[in-house]
Amino acid sequence: MITEKIFEKLKILADSAKYDVSCASSGTERPNKPGMIGNASAWGICHSFSEDGRCISLMKVMQSNNCIYDCAYCVNRRSNDHPRASFTPQEVSDLTIGFYRRNYIEGLFLSSGVLRNPDYTMEQMISTVKDLRMRHSYNGYIHMKVIPGCSRELILEAGSWADRLSVNMEIASEENLKFLAPEKNYEGILKPIRMITDRISENREDRRKCRKVNKFTPAGQSTQLIVGATPENDRTILSLAGKLYSHRKLKRVYYSGYIPVNDYDRRLPVLSSPPLQREHRLYQADWLLRFYGFSVDEIVNEQHPDLDLVFDPKMNYALRNPELFPVDVNRADYQMLLKVPGIGVHSANLIVSSRRYSRLNSDHLKKIGVVMKRAQYFITCNELGPLRKVTGLDPELVRHLMLSGQKPSGAIQLPLYQPAELYDKYLK
Amino acid sequence: MTLLCFDDTFDGFLTLIFESYRLKIIPDKIIGKSEEQLFLFSRPVFIPAEAEKSDRVWNKIIERTSKDNADRIYRVFMSEVPGSRMLIYEFIRLMTERNYNIEADFTLRPVLEINKLHRKVAREADRIRMFTRFQKTAEKSYFAAFSPQYNVLPLVINHFTDRFSDQEWIIYDLKRNFGFYSDKKETSRISFTDLPVNPVNGQLYESFHDPEERSFQELWRKYYNSIKIEERSNYKLHRQMLPRRFWRYLTEKG
Ligand code: SF4
Repeated sequence: MITEKIFEKLKILADSAKYDVSCASSGTERPNKPGMIGNASAWGICHSFSEDGRCISLMKVMQSNNCIYDCAYCVNRRSNDHPRASFTPQEVSDLTIGFYRRNYIEGLFLSSGVLRNPDYTMEQMISTVKDLRMRHSYNGYIHMKVIPGCSRELILEAGSWADRLSVNMEIASEENLKFLAPEKNYEGILKPIRMITDRISENREDRRKCRKVNKFTPAGQSTQLIVGATPENDRTILSLAGKLYSHRKLKRVYYSGYIPVNDYDRRLPVLSSPPLQREHRLYQADWLLRFYGFSVDEIVNEQHPDLDLVFDPKMNYALRNPELFPVDVNRADYQMLLKVPGIGVHSANLIVSSRRYSRLNSDHLKKIGVVMKRAQYFITCNELGPLRKVTGLDPELVRHLMLSGQKPSGAIQLPLYQPAELYDKYLK
Repeated sequence: MTLLCFDDTFDGFLTLIFESYRLKIIPDKIIGKSEEQLFLFSRPVFIPAEAEKSDRVWNKIIERTSKDNADRIYRVFMSEVPGSRMLIYEFIRLMTERNYNIEADFTLRPVLEINKLHRKVAREADRIRMFTRFQKTAEKSYFAAFSPQYNVLPLVINHFTDRFSDQEWIIYDLKRNFGFYSDKKETSRISFTDLPVNPVNGQLYESFHDPEERSFQELWRKYYNSIKIEERSNYKLHRQMLPRRFWRYLTEKG
């Protein structure tokens, strides 16, 4: 039965969960099983878009927004006077299945404030996902938050029901984390992250020996970093992200521009608006790390510890390294093509496959989807010889030329769930 | 003007291509049976579908290019865009003339056009996967209806069959007046003459709804409105991702 109370709870607990940015539901491919409802597709499907342009893929709710902790950046901290509510496990699983069967959502994203203690909280959340899997025979996607400090057994159990687990790092330096969230510390957060990484690789080994072994978090783990609440520079943030990708094998790091929800707290900066442009640049840099073969040092370094808000990170890389350009599109290897501003994964692939048949000229490049306005300074092709190149020009001048033909930045904002991710499958 | 006419199916279309080669007739236009009455003075030559001939063309495309490329051709056909059939015809002509796999030679106009158009169709198909909204009926089955821009329902139906295999459902294309029905075991094509549906928003008439349907729609609207972050409002991006033409069928926009 749907009562008034459910409406009220859903409003409060969705409202409290919305600042958690991760929305991707991709990473698992699991066909439907007979007699069960749902499947998970490798590409994750957005089902709607909210008025802030963000993708709605999962039903993102909290089990409860009561919390015994007092993290400065969080709406749900215990010292806030804020409407509170808790769902029972059945309430969440009934809502999830009702939405899922109507194709409103791709699955469930469950988080929670810390009730009594971490173990108790995890038990509540596990009851929810277990109920969903067992009573409703639900085979769709589940993303579950891990509460730092809970026992190893509970993490193992959570990972046997959920597709993805995440432990939020939140702040990119331990010192500042402790400053804003005195009850938290890095060891407490890194321990479950390591545990999940290790368990995933053990599980992969086990499954190699015997296919019957159940999968453990088949969509891997992710984390979130808040940007702009503390003074870390982008180099610190991206180095941490880089390590999480390479050492801990995380699937995604999400960056969340700090939204001043508790502006009364003196430990937090006063911002006129959330740093959305910086967040956008971090996602672009992250993209370069994961898909374009860039290293962290190529994007930010000692001289340039912060991402440029005017130009994207790839353009900046090119302007800082003029000696690498121009690149001959009819010869350069794929990796080098990827480094050219204005050439994406899709167009790099098309260049490599098309140039086997005929030499490419600028007309071909345009048709292929190369953004010539950006690329022209960094490439040579058949007849594009005498055009101005970054080598013959001062990088500063290229900056200037680029700027004069560009809309003022700051207004540009990419969706957190890059549509490119959705359409990449057609771009192979 | 040479007009060749087929029975509106993909099989019929491929058979037409086969026959045009065999009989050495190069068409100026290829038309479907349903468009025949649009031509007053020219007499189209009708070519009946033959599975064997259509299979030969299909396999030829795979052999000379790839399965992926054959799928692209199918999507282009389903676009129903004027000129798309001649585009495929042109592609196949080039494919047979050249002695290499032309599918990635974007210096050829038809290859490029096919790639552009197939992506538009694929995108619309994605949107149907995203924006389909089922209503639960009094008989505990599920119903969804809308009007896609291209004829993409057949392209995505496997996705729904797989995902919703333990519920009975109907997904209906109001514009083309056909849909698919799944009884949990099999999915089949259906067509109604008198759907109890409000064509404006695709909603079944109230009496056909499950008693809780209205509450669930309300809950979803409540959820949708709760999760937007005021400080991040971005209506331009919102409309770009969620095109206006879908709004009338979307529960959360109702
Ligand atoms: S533990 Fe989580 S819910 Fe509780 S105050 Fe900190 S961030 Fe908020």
